Amino acid sequence: MNEVATPAGLESGALPMDTVGNVYVESPRITARNVDVYYGDKKAIDGVTLDIAEKQVISFIGPSGCGKSTFLRALNRMNDTIDICRMEGEIKLDGEDIYAPHIDVVPLRARVGMVFQKPNPFPKSIYDNVAYGPRIHGLATNRAELDDIVTQSLERAGLWDEVKDRLTQPGTGLSGGQQQRLCIARTIAVSPEVILMDEPCSALDPIATAKIEELIHELSNQFTIVIVTHSMQQAARVSNRTAYFHLGKLVEVGETGEIFSNPSHEMTRNYITGRFG
Amino acid sequence: MTDRQDMTTPGAKSDGMMSPDVAARRVAASIAGRRQRERRFKSYGLIAIGIALAFLVILFASIFSKGIPGFFQHYVTLEVTLDRAKLDPAGDLSLQSLYDGDARGAIRAALYEATGASGRSGRKAAGKIISQGAEQRLRKAVIDDPSILGTTQSMVFAVDDDVDSFLRGFISRDTPEADRRINDKMIGYIDQLVADNRIEYAFSDYLIFGSASRNAEMAGIFGAFVGSMLTLSVCLVLAFPLGVATAVYLEEFAPKNRLTEIIEININNLAAVPSVVFGILGLAIFIGIFGMPRSIPLIGGVVLALMTLPTIIISSRAAIRAVPPSIRDAALGVGASRMQTMLHHVVPLAMPGMLTGTIIGMAQALGETAPLLMIGMVAFIVDVPGSVTDPGTVLPVQIFMWADFAERMFVQKTSAAIIVLLAFLISMNAAAIFIRKKLERRW
Amino acid sequence: MNSFSVALAVLLIGFVYFILGTRSATAARQSGSRLHSLPHHYGLYAGMMASLPALFALVVLAIGDDIVFNTLALDFVPDAVKAADNYKEVIVLAQIANVVAGINFGEQPQWVNDAAAAWLGWADTSRLIKTMVAIGLAAGGGFLATRQLAPDFRSRNAVERIIMFILGASSVIAILTTIGIVFSVVFESMRFFALVPVSEFLFGLTWNPQFEGAERAGSGQMGLATYGSVPLFAGTFLISIVALSVAVPVGLFSAIYLSEYASPRVRAVVKPLMELLAGVPTVVYGFFAALTVAPFLRSAGMNLGLDVASESALAAGLVMGIMIIPFVSSLSDDVINAVPQALRDAAYGLGSTQSETIRMVVLPAALPGIVAAILLAVSRAVGETMIVVMAAGLAANLSLNPLDAVTTVTAQIVTILVGDQEFESAKTLSAFALALTLIVITLGLNFIALQVVKKYREAYD
Repeated sequence: MNEVATPAGLESGALPMDTVGNVYVESPRITARNVDVYYGDKKAIDGVTLDIAEKQVISFIGPSGCGKSTFLRALNRMNDTIDICRMEGEIKLDGEDIYAPHIDVVPLRARVGMVFQKPNPFPKSIYDNVAYGPRIHGLATNRAELDDIVTQSLERAGLWDEVKDRLTQPGTGLSGGQQQRLCIARTIAVSPEVILMDEPCSALDPIATAKIEELIHELSNQFTIVIVTHSMQQAARVSNRTAYFHLGKLVEVGETGEIFSNPSHEMTRNYITGRFG
Repeated sequence: MTDRQDMTTPGAKSDGMMSPDVAARRVAASIAGRRQRERRFKSYGLIAIGIALAFLVILFASIFSKGIPGFFQHYVTLEVTLDRAKLDPAGDLSLQSLYDGDARGAIRAALYEATGASGRSGRKAAGKIISQGAEQRLRKAVIDDPSILGTTQSMVFAVDDDVDSFLRGFISRDTPEADRRINDKMIGYIDQLVADNRIEYAFSDYLIFGSASRNAEMAGIFGAFVGSMLTLSVCLVLAFPLGVATAVYLEEFAPKNRLTEIIEININNLAAVPSVVFGILGLAIFIGIFGMPRSIPLIGGVVLALMTLPTIIISSRAAIRAVPPSIRDAALGVGASRMQTMLHHVVPLAMPGMLTGTIIGMAQALGETAPLLMIGMVAFIVDVPGSVTDPGTVLPVQIFMWADFAERMFVQKTSAAIIVLLAFLISMNAAAIFIRKKLERRW
Repeated sequence: MNSFSVALAVLLIGFVYFILGTRSATAARQSGSRLHSLPHHYGLYAGMMASLPALFALVVLAIGDDIVFNTLALDFVPDAVKAADNYKEVIVLAQIANVVAGINFGEQPQWVNDAAAAWLGWADTSRLIKTMVAIGLAAGGGFLATRQLAPDFRSRNAVERIIMFILGASSVIAILTTIGIVFSVVFESMRFFALVPVSEFLFGLTWNPQFEGAERAGSGQMGLATYGSVPLFAGTFLISIVALSVAVPVGLFSAIYLSEYASPRVRAVVKPLMELLAGVPTVVYGFFAALTVAPFLRSAGMNLGLDVASESALAAGLVMGIMIIPFVSSLSDDVINAVPQALRDAAYGLGSTQSETIRMVVLPAALPGIVAAILLAVSRAVGETMIVVMAAGLAANLSLNPLDAVTTVTAQIVTILVGDQEFESAKTLSAFALALTLIVITLGLNFIALQVVKKYREAYD
């Protein structure tokens, strides 16, 4: 039979409310409880409850427009920069509600950093790009300390050898993959605890992508990493846990190996086997 | 934030990098200062806007406070005996006869009676109370209605501008007589007239309908206004078609060659040239070489058109570019030629934007003074121009000339003229915005 | 017939040919022939070929005949008169023109009357020629055009070619204008520099054209007039600096606040209000400066013990600054908005405050555009005329003290050219030399502004 029947549950409004899998972990870094995010009147994230485990990589997968980036941006309050965006629910970092009225987003974002889809280095020198964060936060007390931070950040991002002789040249002069590693170095330079990555490799070629995935692997020893990805293969390669989103709801979450080999929810299964994208 | 236990001692760097705790602490320490700087920075912006708006308010308040009184002036009502023989000696009501007649005498007689002035100095003082334009008014009344000859009519004349200033309070009784423009006798007569309710403060028909005059009470903007309208018409008739045609050519038909590049560079340069230079161009070429007369709206219009062309061209090109290619493709797809596509489809759709740009250009041209000074529009022209080849002036130049005159009344009339000019500019700009909102389509 | 009537007649002839052409095309179609274009295209072709060349010839003749007459009339002037010391062509021509117009100011020398009589004769001839040429071209053109009309004649293409030609010709007007400006200014400036050395003009420290007196230009004696333009440029410079020190901070910070901090509602109200400042005519600003600001500054200065001139550079510069605020603000606003949101996101993601993002990321990225905006504002300030004529002095005072009265290049141009002009005297010609330097400076600034933007555009493209 060649009919493609509508997969069960795909009709609007027919999704089960409960997420399948282990949303909770022991000693989570970030906890999200019943999070709704609205763009104006449109609900982009619907009732998501999820724990982010420490020093692990969790990937968010799902079809286009399912809200994974929106949820990601909610974790460091980047959605605040969008006027019509509104959040309901609770997100806590180390047990403290990050949306509480008295919370200043500046230290929050220093602790929860972000790497964007399209590399966006500042039109400044490579050195100044990486030094930007430490400078504004006053992390270095003198020039020597600042040099140290820059050097180590570039080393950890795997970029040092390639740029050590041209730190004064503009960051925009690097290749796409190098620019993204520069952005990662820039994020690391403020010593965050969590790094959020929004499809960091989607604008890069396969070789650059491979380098970044390797980097993610190394960084996960020190940082908690949340990565949104469009590529299931990438999720399978880099992450410990995987969360599958669909139309703003968290459908299933679990160990990456389990999700990809033996998903519990039918929708997850349909997505992974490519019945829809 | 709970302190987390690290492998390393606080302050040291783990794996060579600063531990997040240390970083967090340093960040927290920096917050207070940074928030303060943020507040200060934001306030700079608000202060800047406040300053700009304050300037605006002061400018308008200054103009309006001076200008609103300029729309009014003082008039005196007299009973004038209109003796036929005295006013129309030739008896034929011709202009020559009326000019030969003694209108001034008739008015003076009425004035002396109303004030009770006698004696040479008394009568001299009384005579200075009334405007020199009064006799023209009388003559005009006789021409309009000859039947009044032989009767005694109650007529309204403007008072002299010094008297007007006195009545407004700008000349004080307390100033010593020698320093005043009004002597004590005059004040006495004025008080008499006021007591008899002969003085009224009314809307100044001189301002709106009078023409240029050295006497402040007679001065008006009518001639300048007509001149402005004529000049702007010439400017519009020349600049709009030429501007639109050039824009259409450059956007659609011009080949991408050196000549087109030169034309485009030229247009951008001309947009940057100070307006005074266009006046010099008019002076040297149209007046100097072509030998055309000075100070006529035709030349003024040509100069302003050349000055406004770059603006119209640039905004029309933007309007044409805003029309989506799909429209062009659709037209070409049914077999229209490029010219037909442009004329039947693109230009009509771009027209609101072109009109908006043109109106704004015209508004700029209306307010221009320097280039018109260059072509001679500073001459003292009393007659209202009847056509584009009659000598005339424009409203901004009139304002410029009046600004030099020190009499208080001139200051007020100048401000009133400015209000009229601003009113026109605001309505033109409002019309442009209206067109933009109502007719422009958002693609 | 005067020119207008002839023009009307030409248009009428054109219209007639239009009707004829359309009719014949319609008739042909009805009798079965297949037309290449629509009937009205045939008519349009005929009508345009009739009227356009004729109108063009009419315009040329109308402008040209006066030039020709002026040259011919000068032949009537006796040599004795021409050799006289106070001979001026303009006056002689004006005398003749008065008689031609029938305005009599008493007895005129016989040669004036002769010249006037001859002029009237030429005018008649010219009218006749204009009429014949125009009507002839119209009729002939229309006739030739109709002969070309045939069903397979591609009249629509022909009409469109004509329209294209008109469009192209109108775009050449821009070049003609530039040529006109260059020609008039450069030509007269060259004549000036023949009388006054360039070095004196550019580097001389005193500007006193009013002592030109009765010295005849070209005789080599300049009287006591000096043409050193340094005080003028110093005055322009001083007033521009004052203006910019008001306009740049206020304009830039307003733009920053409006584009980064203000809510859309505030922006919608404040932005048009600021644009209002740009719409006020400069003569109004000049009036405001002369009658309100200058006296205020003078009395405020006296209260503070400072000697502020009644026509101080400060007054003129301050008001000019007010006028330029929207210029700087609007251009900066555009430039700031053009900075990609991705850069701001990166900065916010690292934990920047808004002011840090603006100061350290947005403004440096927007800097080339802002510099260009400032240069354009300078150009505007330098070229401004009315405010300085009305509020700044006419004393060519070499001073950098804003409390003094100074004059500017533009004010001098206006002063010199408004009034009696003798195109032979160095005084009048000096205005052209000033205009030349003005053009060079303003165009130069514009060019630099463009280069700055172009050079740094690669920053994030």
